[in-house]
Order: sequence, then C-alpha cells, then structure tokens
Amino acid sequence: MGTPDLIAFAGAIAAGDIEVIDLTHTLTPEFPTIVMPPELGQCAPFRMEEVSRYDERGPAWYWNNISMGEHTGTHFDAPVHWISGKDLPNGSVDTIPAENFIAPASVIDISAQSVANPDYELTVADVTAWEGLHGRIPPRSWVLLRTDWSKRGGRDYVNMHEDGQHTPGPCPEVVRFLVEERDLHGFGTETIGTDAGQAFHFNPPYPAHYYMHGKGRYGLQCLANLDLLPPTGSVILAAPLKIRRGSGSPLRVLALVPRTESRA
Amino acid sequence: MTEPLSRPKRKNPLKKTPVPLLPQGTRSRTALGLTAAAAEGRFQLQVCVDCVMVVYPPRDACPRCLSPRLPYRDVANGGTLLAETTIRISTDVYFRERMPWRIGTVALDVGPSIVAHLHGDLREGERTRLQLKLDKSGQAIVMALPAADTPNMADDPQWRELTCDPKYRRVLITDGRTAVAQALAGALSEAGASAIFVGVADPWKPFPGEEKLRRIERVEIVPLDLTDTTSVNECAGEFAARVDILINTAEHVRTGGIIDRKGLTIAREELEIRYFGLTRLAQAFGPVLRGRGADGVNSAAAFVNLLSVYALANWPAYGAFSATEAACLSASLSLRAELRQGGVKVLNVFFGPLETEWYQAVQPPKVAPASLAREVVRALQQGLEDLFVGDIAEDIRARLAVNPKALERELGS
Repeated sequence: MGTPDLIAFAGAIAAGDIEVIDLTHTLTPEFPTIVMPPELGQCAPFRMEEVSRYDERGPAWYWNNISMGEHTGTHFDAPVHWISGKDLPNGSVDTIPAENFIAPASVIDISAQSVANPDYELTVADVTAWEGLHGRIPPRSWVLLRTDWSKRGGRDYVNMHEDGQHTPGPCPEVVRFLVEERDLHGFGTETIGTDAGQAFHFNPPYPAHYYMHGKGRYGLQCLANLDLLPPTGSVILAAPLKIRRGSGSPLRVLALVPRTESRA
Repeated sequence: MTEPLSRPKRKNPLKKTPVPLLPQGTRSRTALGLTAAAAEGRFQLQVCVDCVMVVYPPRDACPRCLSPRLPYRDVANGGTLLAETTIRISTDVYFRERMPWRIGTVALDVGPSIVAHLHGDLREGERTRLQLKLDKSGQAIVMALPAADTPNMADDPQWRELTCDPKYRRVLITDGRTAVAQALAGALSEAGASAIFVGVADPWKPFPGEEKLRRIERVEIVPLDLTDTTSVNECAGEFAARVDILINTAEHVRTGGIIDRKGLTIAREELEIRYFGLTRLAQAFGPVLRGRGADGVNSAAAFVNLLSVYALANWPAYGAFSATEAACLSASLSLRAELRQGGVKVLNVFFGPLETEWYQAVQPPKVAPASLAREVVRALQQGLEDLFVGDIAEDIRARLAVNPKALERELGS
C-alpha cells in the first residue's frame, strides 16, 4: 500500500463525497446532566458568564467564561472514569493515544424496541441478528446504539420517575460479549450514560462502564443524529479535551459517511 | 370606612412611569432607634432608666432628670387622637403627589404626645393604636390606627404606602421545589396576590408537590434556574416588569463544617445557588424593581430573602452552610441600601431549622414551612424589614445580643 492520499480525502469532503455529520448536542445550560442523590456532589451543568460584549467591560471583544463537569453534554468517558479502569495505563483523556480518537462505527438500531419499552436492553441476540445482516462487527470499532432518544426533549429524554431513570441500554452479557468477543473500541449512546437508566440494578451495576472501562475502552454519550448514520462504513472522530488526569470531557463528535446513491 | 382597593387596571403604555421619590430620610443616630424598632414591627420609645419617663421625640438626655441613660424599650402603644390636620399643599416633592395627607397629634397613655400619620378610619377624639413604620426612605415614622380593626383597613392609601401588601401585587417565588415555596404560593394566593410566578429549574426533574402547586389559584410556573445567569436574565426579561414582590426561596442545606467536607464541589453548589443566585436576581430584577417603586397600586414593593438564623452566628454542625448564609446576609444589606433609592424594601427573614428532610436529624423545635410562609406574608402586610420566625431564631438572636463569644462557644460545643 502506498502513501495514503489525504489530499484526495480532503477533496472528497469538500466535494461532499464524504459527508460530515455532527453527532453533538449544543452545550446549553438547560441540557440535562446525570442526577445523583441530592446529598452527593453533582455533575455541574454547562454554564456561561459573559466577560465582555463590546461594552465597558471590553469595548471591541466578546467572550465568555464557561464551566461544566467532565461528563456534561455530549461527552467522552475515559477508562479511569470507572473503578474497574482506575489502574490501567493511558486511561485518562490526556494519555489516551491520539489515534484512538478516530475509529469506525457499527450502528445498531433499537429505536423501535425503545419506543415500545423505554427500559429495553440490547442483547447478544440483537447483536448477532445485526451481524447476520451487516456482517461481523470489526475489531476496534465503536458500537453506537441508535434509540432515537436524542429526538426526545425535557422530561421524556431523562424519563425520571420515582424509581429512577428509564432509558434503554445494554444488558451486562452483551457488553461482555462486545468487549471480549468483538474487541470493541467503545460504546456510544444517545442517552445520558452508556448504561441503561435502570443499570444500577444490573449485575454488575452499570455493566457498560464496568466492562468497557475495565478493558480500557471508551464511552460516548448524549450523542445526536445517529439516525443519519449507515449501519456500517462510517468513521467517528471523537477527541476529548486534553485535561490532565481527566476522566472524560465534553467534545465535538463527528461522523464521516461516504455518500451513497440513496443518500445523494 | 376604607374604600376597598380595586384591582389595578392594566397600565396605560402612553403614560410615563413616575420616578420613585422618597420622603425626607435623615435621622439622628439616636432617632435610628425608632427605625430599628419599626424594622421589626415593635413599638419602642426611649425610657429613662433613672426616672422612668417615656421620651419622644428621641433625645440624648432625659428632659426631666437629664440622665443620658435612655435605652429604647417596648412600651404600650395606646393613645387618643387629640387633633387632626389634613395637609393639602406641600413643597416636598414626595408628599405633593400624595396629597391630601392626614396627620394628627396623639396623646400616648404612657406620656408623650406624638405627631403621627393618620389612618383614614381614625377620627379626632378617638382611641388609637400607634405603630412605628418604615416609610419609603427606610426611616421610622409613627402611624396612628383605629383602636380596633376596620373593614379593608389595609387598603388605606397612607397605610399602603408603608406596607408591601401582596394584595393585587404580582409575586415571583424563585424556587418552587421547596416546601417553603409551595406554602408561600398558597399563602400569597390567599392574601390576594394577583399573580404568583413560581420559578422551577431543570423542568425535566419532577418534584414532590408539583401537582398541588400547579393547582393553586393564580400560580404560574416559569423556567428559572438561579445557578444560570442566562436563565435568570431571560426570566427577568420576561417577567421583571410584572414582578412587584420577589421572594428568593432558593435553599441548599447540607451538614458539615469547613474541614469535614472533602473538596469544594458542595461548597460551590451552595454558593452558586445561594450567594450567586441572590446576586443574579439582584442584577437582573433589581434595576426594574427600583424603577417601579411608585408605579401605582401594584408598585414594586419588596425583595424578600429567606435566611438561616445561622447567618448571624456560625453553627459548626452546619458550618459551611452557615458561612454561605452569612454571605447572603451581607449581600442583602448592600441590596437593601441599593433598592431603597427606589422605595423598595428588602425583607430579611431569619429562621432556625425547618421541618424538612434536610434538617431530619435536628431536634425540635423546628419551623413548619406553612408557619414560615404565614409569617412572611404577615411581615409583607406590615411592611417589616427584619423578621425572626420561631423559637430557635429568637433564641439565637437574644443570646447573640447578650454575649456573642458565649454563643460562639455554645454553638461550637
């Protein structure tokens, strides 16, 4: 194989032969964050304070100070986020090798099941059925779980009830399967968290966090526009901020998708 | 009999909003003793320690025995209206636009005669109750009321000038999730507030009492997150010109002293919600409130801060919390001076532990949210500036006045 032609690649993007799809929600103060019991510290939501806006505080310039948690908005989970990944090398956002921020994606659609059952759990059978149609999930690829949850707003998005959140996610077995049998790169969801809303009650609790981060793999959550991705063939650019010893970070997630006849 | 207020008409947009003017507000340091009493709704005059003479107007020496020992004491407020005068012309810009204005001379049963502002239902020769009230300048004046309550007496124009009555006023309650806020919404609705806007942050998070709150008459839930400057500004943009009374119900009660808490996450949340929340409200709503202090029947009237009494003296079991409350108290005093220019009062309400889940482990007595709400409404109807609710608040305050160092050790033991 010769030297890859990046100029041709850039040209394909410019020509629209490769589409760039933004999988990111806008960072706003209103966007829900994960909720912990109120006696515990909370993940800070996004906040913005104006420093100046062409006014007496700075006549020619507009800028803001912003603040947020590492796990606010569309964000990346590094392995050190979970206790199972705490001792792994290169497990924080600043030490993850940069090449890991670009990887292909397999998109599994459980949006229909999630409409019927907000607690729907992705199973190994779902994955093997998907593979029957689209081929085996290649090693080191993102598995993105399409639920269309990102199209919901407010209360329906968080779906918080007295017994906690009700949002779809993976069952423990399927995460183990993906990590151990398919060598997945990471797992991405549209919901708040890579795990199901009720995953605290799974065994182990929060299996996506537990197994993935325990194996040094990554998470993406609060993704949008997964419905615009093909089941296979897209490439994800997901580079978190380089925060020293950071456990995660809000980020811009982009998908590169080849334009097909049907999409053109 | 007082003519009952009618619901104010919608404002004529072609008419200029009057600039809030203030009556003369300079007092001697000694006379500020009356202001202190008026702020809490007490009737206090100087009483000579040596000859027991009740002294008015305030003096630095007893007119009978020349003793300089003239502390303010609670005294009986009964008297007789000897003579009344109706002022029809004044050179004072504040009174000119409020003419006619009735004043009269009252012979107090305890001794002195006092020139007082007169309630409309009081006639010459009748028995009267005197009250010290804060006028728009924030200083004490004496108001003479009929000996017994009369129908619609709170609607008397001279009286209403001194109070922050919620009747026909529009109120913003800043955080509707708390039990106190929900009790307040009910109490204000009963007190005749014409609109009760209730702020709710994170509307995606359900909360207890929500359905009941929504059912209260004239309650409207509005998006408002005190930790978010944009949200507070947007809320003010929509509602500030329609808010006559703002009640900040935001609370963040957590145990632990300064060392005990690991890190700053909780402390930051506390400051965001309480101190910066207050600052955001003041910056967003303050200027409009201050500009509407003389805007008719539903003029801007009050900014209410709910404060833990431990703002006055740190309780190390809730040490970091107490420190935040102290910051809010200090800010409220600046805000009070700033809003006074517009004739808008800052009411600070101090209370001890509440009968809520965040004080679950604290021994009674605790203040029930409903009684706190009732007292806040009463304080607005009376035009008070400082209110202590419940035994703990009264007790802390009394002990602080006697010996602050002793209280410090007692609270820290």
